[in-house]
Amino acid sequence: MECLNFDLATTSLTEVNTFLHQKSASKGVRKVTISNPNGAHNIAVGLNLPVEVEIAGHAGYYAAGMNQLASVTIMGSVGTGVAENMMSGRVHVQGFASNGAGASAHGGLLVIDGDAGLRCGISLKGGDIVVGGSVGSFSAFMAQAGRMVICGDAGDALGDSLYEAVIYVKGRIKSLGADAREEAMTDTDLAAIGELLVQGGPTFSIHKPEEFKRIASARALYHWNVDADQEY
Amino acid sequence: MCGIVGLLVKKPNLREHLGAWMVPMLIGMTERGPDSAGLAVFTDLLPDCLRKISLYSGSTPDGADFNWAGLTHGIREHLGIEATLEARNNHAVITVAGPPEPVKHWLKERHPKLHILSTGRSIDLYKDVGTPAEVAEHYHFGNLKGSHLVGHTRMATESAVTPDRAHPFTAGEDFCLVHNGSLSNPYGIRRMLEPHGIHFETDNDTEAACRFLEWRLREGDSLEMALQKSFEELDGFFTFLIGTANQLALIRDPFACKPAIVAETDDYVAIASEFRSLAHLPDIQHARIFEPVPEEMYVWNA
Repeated sequence: MECLNFDLATTSLTEVNTFLHQKSASKGVRKVTISNPNGAHNIAVGLNLPVEVEIAGHAGYYAAGMNQLASVTIMGSVGTGVAENMMSGRVHVQGFASNGAGASAHGGLLVIDGDAGLRCGISLKGGDIVVGGSVGSFSAFMAQAGRMVICGDAGDALGDSLYEAVIYVKGRIKSLGADAREEAMTDTDLAAIGELLVQGGPTFSIHKPEEFKRIASARALYHWNVDADQEY
Repeated sequence: MCGIVGLLVKKPNLREHLGAWMVPMLIGMTERGPDSAGLAVFTDLLPDCLRKISLYSGSTPDGADFNWAGLTHGIREHLGIEATLEARNNHAVITVAGPPEPVKHWLKERHPKLHILSTGRSIDLYKDVGTPAEVAEHYHFGNLKGSHLVGHTRMATESAVTPDRAHPFTAGEDFCLVHNGSLSNPYGIRRMLEPHGIHFETDNDTEAACRFLEWRLREGDSLEMALQKSFEELDGFFTFLIGTANQLALIRDPFACKPAIVAETDDYVAIASEFRSLAHLPDIQHARIFEPVPEEMYVWNA
């Protein structure tokens, strides 16, 4: 039994998630497909094994949240907080993502083929995020580590209070947040973008690393400046 | 938390399905709003000489046994105004000839506990405490017909759980608003509106937004202009869905704190807080589905 299908129209989500957590490894299941997700919350959250999960439709909040090792594909859109706090593995959204996509992800790769909403990659802690479309305002807010590749545009206050995460943007940036600045691209940056675009999948091959801008922290907020008077 | 739903059918022959399509949408938002539910449906326009008034008797001593027949009789006797009435339990829609103000004034004097839900040539309004499924069944939402509607499921945060604080809120004629979120300056808005003679019925924050927008429309603003002014004046979290006799509009606050998703086909535009309320609509797999962006106006014509 290598491949198994669950229909959320007839099976409870708790049953599906419990199977993924507790039984799929012992039963030798390598791939689980989930049909009729119909926007349910918390699908395939908290996985901690190298299983492949395919969600055939639109998912609700926190899809594939806290993921470790698993590869989760959502063949539709997702609600708030997809792959939030991901530790490792891969989450692929083939539609668009709502707010807070990849929030505080420590590791792994989140690929969003469409647009992402506001606060994408907020407090990113080491994960990578590749977005085929645009991201909303306040994306990468206080992002500490990890990389974001944005093939479309970015909204207001991109990278506000950024730490050591690096953002690459191909399109227009509506505004940069406090302490975020554009920096010169290095060979390391070009290689990183190239690698992430390949990891994103074939649809990302239309983008070239040299088309992107590098946004990183000016590190002016790292030290308290008594004269700044809250103006940065 | 709260849930909002909206549905507009694009073809006249689909108007008979409006209520049936909407009920699963409303029930889909039960987890977001289990304490009250309501909706406003916009039907074919009455002639300009007639107005209909939606009434709720649940807060009167007689409740569902309210003497509706006596009410129409009273209006004819005391005001000499022709009135017809369709009543079911604690809800009635009364249709009156001429301007509605004398009737409403009389209702408030004679039956102060009778709640006037809405007034207009197109709007019928229902709201009550209970789960969305209970309210939908009690008021036979599945049978409603019309061009568009806005609905709401409430999880109260800003004021008590009572029928009059459930959504939609209305002001003026053929205007209503539902709200997911919370405003931080409703009392400032009230203090601004009250000198203009605008009277408030509850302490609910959404009522401030509703009366603000309706005031702007009455002052001559287009719906788009009024919505633009609301971005400037209203502070807080909101996804608003607004219904008028011929339009359905959606706006979200600049931080998009509260969710919304739209599905559009050749047959309908459907709006909900989350996709789970849209999942069972006909032909949803071929709908254009998108998330409305913050501080942008979405207006659909019925």
